[in-house]
Amino acid sequence: MPKDGIGASIKRREDVRFLTGTGRYTDDINLRGQSYAWFVRSQVAHGKLNKVDTTAAAKMPGVLRIFTAKDFEGVGGLPCGWQIHDRHGKPMLEPKHPVLAEGKVRHVGDPIAVVVAETEAQARDAADAVVIDIDELPAVLDMKAAVAGGPLVHDDIGSNLCYDWGFVEENKAATDAAFAKADHVTTLELVNNRLAPNAMEPRAAIGDYDFATDMHTLYTTSQNPHVIRLLMGAFVLGIPEHKLRVVAPDVGGGFGSKIYHYAEEAFVTFAAKQLRRPVKWTATRSESFITDAQGRDHVTKIELALDKQGHFLALRTETYANMGAYLSTFSTAIPTYLHGTLMAGTYKTPHIYVNVKAVFTNTVPVDAYRGAGRPEATYQIERVIDKAARELGLDPLEIRRRNFIKADEFPYQTPVAVVYDTGDYDATMNKLESLADLAGFEKRRAESAKAGKLRGLGVNTYIEACGIAPSHLVGQLGARAGLYESATVRVNATGGVVVMTGSHSHGQGHETTFPQVIAEMIGIPVESVEIVHGDTANVPMGMGTYGSRSLAVGGSAMVKATNKIIAKAKKIAAHLMEASDADIELKDGKFSVAGTDKSVEWGAVCLAAYVPHNYPLESLEPGLEETAFYDPSNFTYPSGAYACEVEVDPDTGHVKVCAFTAVDDFGNVVNPMIVEGQVHGGIGQGIGQALLEHAVYDGNGQMIAGSFMDYAMPRAGDLPFYKVDHSCATPCTHNPLGVKGCGEAGAIGSPPAVVNAVVDALQRAGKKVSHIDMPLSPYRVWSAIQNA
Amino acid sequence: MYAFDFVKPKTLAEAVKALGAEDAQALGGGQTLIPTLKQRLAQPAVLVSLSGIAELKGVKAAGGSLTIGGGTSHATVAKEAKAYPALAALAANIGDPAVRSLGTIGGSIANNDPSADYPAAVLASGATVVTNTREIAADDFFQGMFTTALEPGEIITAVRFPVPEKANYQKFEQPASRFALVGVFVAKYAAGVRVAVTGASTEGVFRWTEAEKALSANFAASAVAGLAVPGGEMIADIHGSAAYRAHLIKVLTGRAVAAAG
Ligand SMILES: Cc1cc2nc3c(=O)[nH]c(=O)nc-3n(C[C@H](O)[C@H](O)[C@H](O)COP(=O)(O)OP(=O)(O)OC[C@H]3O[C@@H](n4cnc5c(N)ncnc54)[C@H](O)[C@@H]3O)c2cc1C
Repeated sequence: MPKDGIGASIKRREDVRFLTGTGRYTDDINLRGQSYAWFVRSQVAHGKLNKVDTTAAAKMPGVLRIFTAKDFEGVGGLPCGWQIHDRHGKPMLEPKHPVLAEGKVRHVGDPIAVVVAETEAQARDAADAVVIDIDELPAVLDMKAAVAGGPLVHDDIGSNLCYDWGFVEENKAATDAAFAKADHVTTLELVNNRLAPNAMEPRAAIGDYDFATDMHTLYTTSQNPHVIRLLMGAFVLGIPEHKLRVVAPDVGGGFGSKIYHYAEEAFVTFAAKQLRRPVKWTATRSESFITDAQGRDHVTKIELALDKQGHFLALRTETYANMGAYLSTFSTAIPTYLHGTLMAGTYKTPHIYVNVKAVFTNTVPVDAYRGAGRPEATYQIERVIDKAARELGLDPLEIRRRNFIKADEFPYQTPVAVVYDTGDYDATMNKLESLADLAGFEKRRAESAKAGKLRGLGVNTYIEACGIAPSHLVGQLGARAGLYESATVRVNATGGVVVMTGSHSHGQGHETTFPQVIAEMIGIPVESVEIVHGDTANVPMGMGTYGSRSLAVGGSAMVKATNKIIAKAKKIAAHLMEASDADIELKDGKFSVAGTDKSVEWGAVCLAAYVPHNYPLESLEPGLEETAFYDPSNFTYPSGAYACEVEVDPDTGHVKVCAFTAVDDFGNVVNPMIVEGQVHGGIGQGIGQALLEHAVYDGNGQMIAGSFMDYAMPRAGDLPFYKVDHSCATPCTHNPLGVKGCGEAGAIGSPPAVVNAVVDALQRAGKKVSHIDMPLSPYRVWSAIQNA
Repeated sequence: MYAFDFVKPKTLAEAVKALGAEDAQALGGGQTLIPTLKQRLAQPAVLVSLSGIAELKGVKAAGGSLTIGGGTSHATVAKEAKAYPALAALAANIGDPAVRSLGTIGGSIANNDPSADYPAAVLASGATVVTNTREIAADDFFQGMFTTALEPGEIITAVRFPVPEKANYQKFEQPASRFALVGVFVAKYAAGVRVAVTGASTEGVFRWTEAEKALSANFAASAVAGLAVPGGEMIADIHGSAAYRAHLIKVLTGRAVAAAG
């Protein structure tokens, strides 16, 4: 076994270029003859667009051309990738999302016109000179008001209600009946706060057009270049895929916000052909705040029915999910199939009914953000359970244990459609109890009290569905794409391996972990394996990176292709050693004939494949290159138990996170260090959501937290040193690596732990506070104490 | 950013002259001005950098006072203002290392951001702002949010702090910007106690005179406990209501007194 194969915490090879400033991001790319685009955006949240006067601006220095909606007549709108059917089987309302605003503007930041000029400064100067005549209309921001007859965001569809979804609709009657008979019902109304994703690298795009070959190239900050090629080519610009190349080079973080197809990508691709010059656009941070799809923004009422012993009898929710002004690529799937399907959590709740109303408002579109639907589900469940425990006088660990799906009950069919393959929730909870030293909490609480601080403890579990997704299943549910992954494994004549994977890497460390898998399978050093991703010209059709799917789906495709390679290499080795295929064994990079001392090195077999002088040409093609597509048969179900300890300063409301422990079941782990890093980052974002982050709009639809002066990002000083553990592993049963996915877990599992801890601290101090909506800013906590 | 000319004089006299040009503006560390220019919220014709002028830099303690050159960085004050530990601690907690390396005391008080830290120290210390033309008492210098007694083209060459017997600055950070949501600087002198508050008032930095009176009589946190929260119009925004800010002033004043010892 190579020392750096599966299970080794080797350092991330990509970090060398990132830490030395030699990464190559979209904005680092400069093409000959490049021009620059500057977007003129709506300053109002809602308005009738009367006239766009570009006369003066067009005469300004360096201006090449100014584009408005008129230039996009006959061009398609940005498509939505998932069609939801409502409770009554009616398809969702799907308004057009034009590249540039047509007739109306619908959120601050909606693009109205674009100036393309020789330099960025000239484009910006001219953009300031574009005269826009808008009749401002009342903005609709509150979701309940929006569906109760508020101003229409899209007049042509006649309603602000995109869909009213029931899941599982057939469960509704039985769920209501269980509530009617329950001993106890706990009710909680909560808001899952809207977040701005804030990847470190703002979005950017460069369009290029080669007149000689009629070939379009788009360089873009994307998590999934093939998806952009398909959506933009087929639905927006009408460019066949063989005439369109999409390159996503190094990408500085996405967290979901770079999954979607954005207007700026379509614009630069379109304009490059019109102008026959490359066109570049790079967002400012201010632009990111008003154009990157935002996350969460659910308003929920959740009810939990229990018997006297605290057994869950039924769960019922009503959620308003904000879509923003337009449907972003996967927006419609997030509050439905990525949310409703997880409402069982880790528990045996026999009856569950989820109702979600997706609503248009005059805000930036909302779509997946790290966790995507699953944090919203987890937060509701784990908050209402905590409240129920308090109401029934039960210990928060005990009420959870009483309702866990037990280790011997897998595979487990939940009432919300999905079947969990493996898990051991008691094991993770037991591990949490010891690792977080929950027994020592009272002592630590007494210490905090001496310093005038209120200490609280919050625990919760989570479940998530990763490894998105079985295509036949999601197809039935309305997905307009397949969700397989691909890999081509190319072995060179001298034995080196290049893997072309559809899984884009933008922080996940694929360039390190994927070689570890190959190294393990073949027995060659990781240095012999190179990963290529992010270019549709080099990589077979791939669906990209999101939903913690890369290793489970992309890795499985790679394993499948590598198995084909090994099978073929064994045939070549058998020929070279004049033995039978069936007797060949591969170990540590060497093929041997079982029961003999005959062997041939990996390198010799590779060479024979490309220099086939002594080779079974009659039965085997030369070369050693295989492609595989892997379509998962189920989701994977990572789970875990988290604990958070906080100190609340009762005089200021400030919350300090003193300790955070995460016990996760990710199945098998390829690189523990990278997995821990993913968990650390996820918890950082989860604590950010719980305590700090909030994309706030004022009553006119202006984003008032539109810069880092008002949008509070978590910083190192806000976070404790974490204890993380992934030893309670129940490997996934249906993918070849037994892996589950770890990219989003931290962000999914941590917000309820933090909020449970703060409520616990206040309750222990005798304050009658049963809930505070996130973010638990000092001001909100102080106000809750005042009002208790 | 709009285009501008840039000059970097070596002496104060050259800088004063350069600032006589139409729409000329002084550039200190650029930690406020450069972001403002990037947002296209200001359009100076000439930027006159003060960073090459040696006579504007340095920290000197003598005869019970500490004099800090107008062009001295926060990092230098944090390191060298040993004679006035509360001031050094304040400087050490402004922004982040990059901001502290570039930002200057002159720039900070000239800007008079209602949430900035230095104005609280300058006002609570009853410091003297020295310019190329005159000396201005702190009580006369700050004239409301982003407004000071400075004339156009006037350069802050130094700030002279009388060193107090005891002092402490309590900063409660706004969660996003990490400027002061409320900051209270308490300084005890033989002649009495001065308390200056930043971050809270719509009028910018101000003195809480009731607390000064109470603390001059009895320099103990308990002396603050009995006071009503200060009046006056407080800032209200997504990070806190006016009532919350007023409450914090009282809490932080008590803590500053306790910490000053
Ligand atoms: C990320 C970040 C975080 C920050 N955090 C804090 C914080 O926590 N607390 C805090 O108090 N501040 C904070 N600041 C502001 C910082 O302290 C600035 O340094 C300060 O506000 C301005 O100083 P400057 O030297 O950079 O001035 P500049 O930005 O160069 O200039 C500001 C203004 O002062 C004028 N000016 C500059 N020097 C002089 C002079 N000698 N005489 C007369 N006029 C002059 C300029 O013309 C301009 O109008 C932060 C800034 C940033 C970017």
